[in-house]
Amino acid sequence: MKSFRLGSWINERFPLLSTWKKHASEYYVPKNFNFFYFFGSLALVILLNQLITGLWLTMFYTPNANEAFNSIEYIMRDVNYGWLLRYMHSTGASAFFIVIYLHMFRGLLYGSYQKPRELVWLLGMFFFFLLIAESFFGYLLPWGQMSYWGAQVITSLFGAIPYIGDSLVFWIRGDFHVANATLQRFFAFHVIGIPLLMVVVVFLHIVALHKAGSNNPEGIDIKNHLDDKGNPVDGIPFHPYYTIKDLVGVIVFLIGFFAVVFFNPEMGGYFLESANFSPANPLTTPEHIAPVWYLTPFYTMLRAIPDKLSGVLVMGSSLFILLFMPWLDKSPVRSMRYKGRYSKYALMLFVISFLVLGYLGTINVTPFTQMLARVFTFIYFAYFLFMPLYSRYEPYKQVPARIK
Amino acid sequence: MKIILVAVDKPSSEALIPAGRRILNYQQTIIYIIILFCYLSVVKAGPQLLSVDIDLNDTEKLQRGARIFMNYCSGCHSLKYMRYNRMARDLGLTTFTGEVDSSLLKSNLIFTSANIIDPIENSMPHTDAREWFGRVPPDLSLSAREHGPDWIYTYLKSFYVDKKRPFGANNLLVPDVAMPNVLAPLQGVVILEKDKNGFAHSSSEFVIVDTGEMSEQQFDSTIIDLVTFLTYVAEPNKTVRKSIGVLIILYLFIFLIVAYQLKKLYWKDVN
Repeated sequence: MKSFRLGSWINERFPLLSTWKKHASEYYVPKNFNFFYFFGSLALVILLNQLITGLWLTMFYTPNANEAFNSIEYIMRDVNYGWLLRYMHSTGASAFFIVIYLHMFRGLLYGSYQKPRELVWLLGMFFFFLLIAESFFGYLLPWGQMSYWGAQVITSLFGAIPYIGDSLVFWIRGDFHVANATLQRFFAFHVIGIPLLMVVVVFLHIVALHKAGSNNPEGIDIKNHLDDKGNPVDGIPFHPYYTIKDLVGVIVFLIGFFAVVFFNPEMGGYFLESANFSPANPLTTPEHIAPVWYLTPFYTMLRAIPDKLSGVLVMGSSLFILLFMPWLDKSPVRSMRYKGRYSKYALMLFVISFLVLGYLGTINVTPFTQMLARVFTFIYFAYFLFMPLYSRYEPYKQVPARIK
Repeated sequence: MKIILVAVDKPSSEALIPAGRRILNYQQTIIYIIILFCYLSVVKAGPQLLSVDIDLNDTEKLQRGARIFMNYCSGCHSLKYMRYNRMARDLGLTTFTGEVDSSLLKSNLIFTSANIIDPIENSMPHTDAREWFGRVPPDLSLSAREHGPDWIYTYLKSFYVDKKRPFGANNLLVPDVAMPNVLAPLQGVVILEKDKNGFAHSSSEFVIVDTGEMSEQQFDSTIIDLVTFLTYVAEPNKTVRKSIGVLIILYLFIFLIVAYQLKKLYWKDVN
């Protein structure tokens, strides 16, 4: 009589062990990951946090223009630990963008978008677009002044499209202005439509990554040097090496995350804007309408262009152009460590322009800041548009064959 | 949020470029960025507010603030997201057995027909309010989160006599505000020194020409009590939040030490 074994019973019917081996215990990754490689797993942790806290918030939130604002205060005051769920969700939204921006910066720094990882980059960018949509839809739900007017401004942007603009805005809002119909459809998109797509895209992102294998700070292809078992000499199994290393990263992240959640959830008005503690009022605009910090770089570009349609196009292309990264970079080397100085300065200027544009979006417009916004919008685009030139013709250093 | 870290990978081609030909090095660039950010943060400066220190753990202050609110504000302003019993429990208005002291509440703090489990509303009809003041006085549950304690403190100290206004009072922070100066009996008569053209400026000075029931110092501390109470009402869980936070962070630090040791153990053979 053979004894009944649960493990083998499952494995005969489902590829549990082989999947675990293929994607964790025998998935070889370079041994030289640095600080910037924590942000992928951190993004996954935040996604989980948003899904779980979001699920519980949905149990108490009322998606109706008359009750939405009240139900948020009900969560904050009458629901046991409702305030904790809400702060974890709102802080999670900002943390998501911090982590994703650093994750994307890592890609730019070490050329992780280059062949053969173009699809990894593209899927990641789709995720970023979904994240922007998700945060935009979610921001309307508290039905505060900033929620309302933010949605009013952003939906009105579609009105810039010639001929169909006005009827398109009407169709999107479901009313002549942002109203109950808008709130209800944004709620539907926020809690099921976009999150479902996000989970699928994350899954595909990881599948594509595991097909090509991870890049590393040196940009060296570890698959070129295999040992006699066929495993990369400079690679180590993802589990247990990186699972334990990422756990350390996750705890450090959580310390920072919960420091904000418990001690400073508004983050000086950057994570929760003070105007949003006043219920939506279609008759009065807040003193200063600004999106939450993570969208301000794009908002500044929109504001910097005097013509509405051109502004919308510039803002749209500032996101769209990121998709072309794998084909704009003509450098024969991946990592910034071996690229020439023009690439280094270009990336540095790009990061500076992104930060300055982000900052400018949080303050009121003056002629001086408007000029700055235009200069840095130009620098933002110059990074991409001149990349085929400077990355091709600059001198670069020889990449070693092995990771030291 | 004014410190920005620019993470830049270590330049490895430094040796290849002669020092004289470099336009800007990394340190110089970073210094210029810092200067730029400093400049921009100066540009941002808005109207000057007085600053006030809020101590949410001072129960007596909160109790005095609640008394001021119920006596001077609650006729017009509601706190509809706050319930009487919740306030009583948090402010220590309880009996020896720890239950909410409902007779204390009803005889001192509840001036409407409300039960102790009800939210703090008032009985002013909205149609009347619109006729009297031109608008419905706002609910103040979240005023301290919307404007901040400093703003409320400054606002309450910025009333002055202005015969042109319907209620004979104006406010320097919110010019032509609809609200009458309800605290005038406590504060006394305050006038504003205007410049020779008759304009009020942010640098204009308030002068007390007739004292009220309170000295200037007493009035000031009364306002602080009220602002403290409103800050509590805006987020009643704030003190709980911080005390739980300390425990969570402490736990995570211990977990971090364990996890880091484990990581070191696993990685011993890698490098």
